[in-house]
Amino acid sequence: MKQFGIFIQKELFHIFRDRRTLLILLGMPIVLVLLFGFAITNEIDNARIAILDQSKGEMSQKITQRLLASGYFLIDENLREVAEIEQHFREGKTKMAIVFPPELQENLRRNLPTQIQLIADATDPNTATTLINYASAIIGRYVQDQGRGQAMPLQIHTEVKMLYNPRLKSVFMFVPGVMTVILMLVSAMMTSIAITREKELGTMEVLLASPLRPAMIIIGKVIPYILLALANTVVILMLGAFVFGMPIKGSLFLLALECLLFVITSLALGILISTRTESQQVAMLISLMMLMLPTILLSGFIFPIESMPLALQVISNIIPAKWFIIILKNVMLKGTGVEFIWKESLILGGMALFFIGASVRNFKIRLE
Amino acid sequence: MVPAITADKLTKKFGDFTAVNQITFEVQKGEIFGFLGANGAGKTTAMRMLNGLSRPTSGQASVAGFDVYRETEKIKKHIGYMSQKFSLYEDLTVRENIQFYGGIYGLPGREIRHQIKELIGGLGMQEYANTLVKAIPLGWKQKLSFSIAIMHRPEIVFLDEPTGGVDPITRRQFWEMIYKAASEGMTIFVTTHYMDESEYCGRVSIMVDGRIAALDTPRALKEQFGASSMNDVFLQLTRPNQHGS
Repeated sequence: MKQFGIFIQKELFHIFRDRRTLLILLGMPIVLVLLFGFAITNEIDNARIAILDQSKGEMSQKITQRLLASGYFLIDENLREVAEIEQHFREGKTKMAIVFPPELQENLRRNLPTQIQLIADATDPNTATTLINYASAIIGRYVQDQGRGQAMPLQIHTEVKMLYNPRLKSVFMFVPGVMTVILMLVSAMMTSIAITREKELGTMEVLLASPLRPAMIIIGKVIPYILLALANTVVILMLGAFVFGMPIKGSLFLLALECLLFVITSLALGILISTRTESQQVAMLISLMMLMLPTILLSGFIFPIESMPLALQVISNIIPAKWFIIILKNVMLKGTGVEFIWKESLILGGMALFFIGASVRNFKIRLE
Repeated sequence: MVPAITADKLTKKFGDFTAVNQITFEVQKGEIFGFLGANGAGKTTAMRMLNGLSRPTSGQASVAGFDVYRETEKIKKHIGYMSQKFSLYEDLTVRENIQFYGGIYGLPGREIRHQIKELIGGLGMQEYANTLVKAIPLGWKQKLSFSIAIMHRPEIVFLDEPTGGVDPITRRQFWEMIYKAASEGMTIFVTTHYMDESEYCGRVSIMVDGRIAALDTPRALKEQFGASSMNDVFLQLTRPNQHGS
């Protein structure tokens, strides 16, 4: 046990003396959460729109007022003719244009179907879709309000309630995502680098020829990174909770356990990588290409898995991060207990066992 | 007296390639045993089988009386090892390296403190005690590595090309340290490809393509091959055809 303590002390020396890496490991989660929370957002705020009002009636005025009152839109300019629309988009002055047709007033009064044209700049498809949805919703509500009291055939009101994230804050998505990426980075990439460093420098051989047992060497190497990963988790959760008002509705204990489970899965992956590689550079490249990229792209962190092609959806199942993000969202946002996430937890646990088994196998083969 | 090391038809194969082919030898306690051979002759592989890093394919061997198949953990407690690559931690100070290696070999704290004083004093490294190892000259590093490898007073110490890349004066000092350790009863198993160094060894084995081609004292070997130096012996063994023409 004393040997083990000395080993961990040595690991801590390595970590604390490499100031630059330590700074990156501690600083990155903070930067990422703040960046994703503040700068990268899918929410629409004061988007500039242009209006071409050919009807020049009361109706179009009121609709325009409604749009402005929502706070989502700002009028950039009132256009006079159709030709100006494209000119405006080309100059990049506006994100969306609304065209009220001349017959708008008349048609609405007579209860005839009528059309308002919404034109959006789809060079940025996500924003375009969001703008159109917001505008359609506002116009739709206005029309419904107008129709109230009159006999209208088949009126259906949809009442929308956004559960668990009523204000559709994107930071609720990013906090679990960033946490996943950071834990993967610290646990998998850093341990794989730390272990291959000993191999590259030749100290691993000396350790293996010493009375320290191989399992002790590996466990001793990963424990400091478990601590580092858990410290990062706490920082990210605090930032999420206190800066962005991200709730943690479920049990903190359960959350901590699940984080530990994911850390162990990632560590196992890191160890597996280190058993297959001889140099730090290779370990880093493999970690980046085979772990970080899929974690960011295929886990549902940034791109929804449901809208991926079938092949990628299938692949996403073997990515631990996908399951961890589901677990995080359940525990943090929905406040569900273990009864709803045991399946995902089992999958993660199974992956961890598989990776540990594979590493033990590889480690032995390497020693042959 | 039980020999420090015995090997009987010890063999290691990697797939179809036979790295070490049925080597048989004994090393007596307190002996300085030189293990010579060209790069790739199988020296390091043979050494790794003896110190428990690699499992032999066939044959028998024992180190400090323990079997290399079943008792590697016991072997590891009785040996010291200095690998071919530099085996100290560069981002730890001299003192911390001694503490670390003393610790993993299970030396008690009092003994470690004593060793730090003894070892640093013995090497005359007082000024470097709290310096990171990466900042001290290579010659010092090698001597420090060796001192650390024998700090826990192992019965046998394995040195894998310990003097690679150091200057002649340091090599000389290094061999003085080896002699001192041997005079205290330690068995030294050293690989090298510096032929002049082999003259310092009690007995020398020369490996060629995985086999032991010759094994005797340097003097007997020179007589046997009618050579003036170990270098000649080595060339005759490794390039017999060229020598004959």
